[in-house]
Amino acid sequence: MSAIQPLLSVRNMTHTWDGVHGCRDIDFDLFPGEVLCVVGESGSGKSTLLQAVSYQVTPKFGSVWYDTRDAGFTDLARLTAAERRMLARTDWGFVRQNARDGLRMQVSAGANIAERLMAIGDRHYGDLRAVAGEWLSKMEIEADRLDDTPQQFSGGMQQRLQIARNLVTRPRMVFMDEPTASLDVSVQARLLDLLRQLVTDLDLAAIVVTHDLAVARLLAHRTVVMRGGYIVESGLTDQILDDPQHPYTQLLVSSILQS
Amino acid sequence: MIPAHVHPAAPVERDPHYNFGYLDESTKRMLRRALLKAVAIPGYQVPFGSREMPLPYGWGTGGIQVTAAIIGANDVLKVIDQGSDDTTNAVNIRRFFGRVTGVATTESTRDASIIQTRHRIPETPLGKGQIMVYQVPIPEPLRWLEPSETETRTMHALAEYGGMHVRLYEDIAQYGHIATTYDYPVMVNGRYMMRPSPIPKFDNPKLDHSPALMLFGAGREKRVYAVPPYTSVKSLDFADHPFTIEQWDECCDVCGSTNTFLDEIILDDQGTRRFVCSDTEYCAHHAAGAEDKKEPAQQRAAAARVDASTIGHIPAGAAS
Repeated sequence: MSAIQPLLSVRNMTHTWDGVHGCRDIDFDLFPGEVLCVVGESGSGKSTLLQAVSYQVTPKFGSVWYDTRDAGFTDLARLTAAERRMLARTDWGFVRQNARDGLRMQVSAGANIAERLMAIGDRHYGDLRAVAGEWLSKMEIEADRLDDTPQQFSGGMQQRLQIARNLVTRPRMVFMDEPTASLDVSVQARLLDLLRQLVTDLDLAAIVVTHDLAVARLLAHRTVVMRGGYIVESGLTDQILDDPQHPYTQLLVSSILQS
Repeated sequence: MIPAHVHPAAPVERDPHYNFGYLDESTKRMLRRALLKAVAIPGYQVPFGSREMPLPYGWGTGGIQVTAAIIGANDVLKVIDQGSDDTTNAVNIRRFFGRVTGVATTESTRDASIIQTRHRIPETPLGKGQIMVYQVPIPEPLRWLEPSETETRTMHALAEYGGMHVRLYEDIAQYGHIATTYDYPVMVNGRYMMRPSPIPKFDNPKLDHSPALMLFGAGREKRVYAVPPYTSVKSLDFADHPFTIEQWDECCDVCGSTNTFLDEIILDDQGTRRFVCSDTEYCAHHAAGAEDKKEPAQQRAAAARVDASTIGHIPAGAAS
């Protein structure tokens, strides 16, 4: 394992909002193509971790290193704000729980997908439209919905559109915050299926925050369990779910309805 | 107050109770500093301390403050509103400056050294030494995209303008062509994105490499910005949908002009309509066939400016 260069390394990172609430002493590596699930109860610091790792907020202590395309393995704190924003727009993706937070609801699906391409300087309408159409069909949405606004889409379609919008620049890493939480069970299953396929096809690394262990079971190679701002247990997903060591993890796993 | 018997368009007496240009000297200096910065960074929005003016926001308070800050006793002022010299807004602002400065006013684009405008750039090409002052309602081109001022400033600082094309994309997707017709966003000097104020996109090419100085003032939003002479101003577009200006099949009903911005006037309920130039001064001039008779007074205006600029001249060698 040590021979492979990690894509992302988090070292001794702490971020609190008020000195109390947040996440503390976070340490992990993420390798290219690997999916990491962060599970835990509400208020355990999962979302804070995601925001601090992706530098949407600057961590109070510790460092986050990322293998950038231009500069190699770099401490994100060393990048300028402009470089970090560029990185977030091109090499990263953000999928939010509520699709309307991650989409422009007033403009068409095509414009939503093409926005990132326009942001990096693509100025050919025909090409942009073709790429947007391609991604729409990849997301199993009919091509004739290209000029409809997301408001006319169902919840599951909105979520898939949000994913397409993020993947259009071929990022290597995606941050997902409860991507399936606001969907009903059958739509969840379909989305998870699609996500699993995309992650394999595009060799995406992902950090998925969820409170749903089923999501972890289906998607994640590795899982970390959080409680009270600390990582209490981490390891291979199957290992965590089948042989939980920490009392809290045991409680979490045993609380799943067995079918 | 103006006595009732004075015709609204007639010249007004200089009212000695007001300081020259209505604003006090320190306010004018603050504005000039902001304007100098604006000229130094083409297209960049410079904040300034906007004052209460004796007319409401939306009537040109930004433009009036800019004009008040730069106007001198030798200047010749022209004010237009929608291309017309005799609409309420134009008449009122012209009379206001007549009263607080006593400068000569004119309707001729060539004779004017300062032209304050709302919604149009005159058809007569502008010359060296002339200054255009625009009244701007909303200076921020990124506002529709991003409501936060902190965020839009960051976007300007980092030149993150990709989102602006979303709007053009949307236009083409919905209408088959770029349907934005006025306040059409431009890139100034290849760096800052700027709203050219609500002028029709017909006038956008007139901004590019213009020999005149363009000053923009937004009173409510407290911003000034500028396009210095001979600066590149490029309208946004797509490679396969290039920027185009409006065109009409008709010609002007009054002067017969075919290359000006035309207003459509509905005459009755049967759909009878006529088209006339929106620039009334150009139209009247063109109709009279007296296009080239007047001696270009902008040279006189330019000379007056040089005089003014030498007042603050520092002798060579004083620096370093």
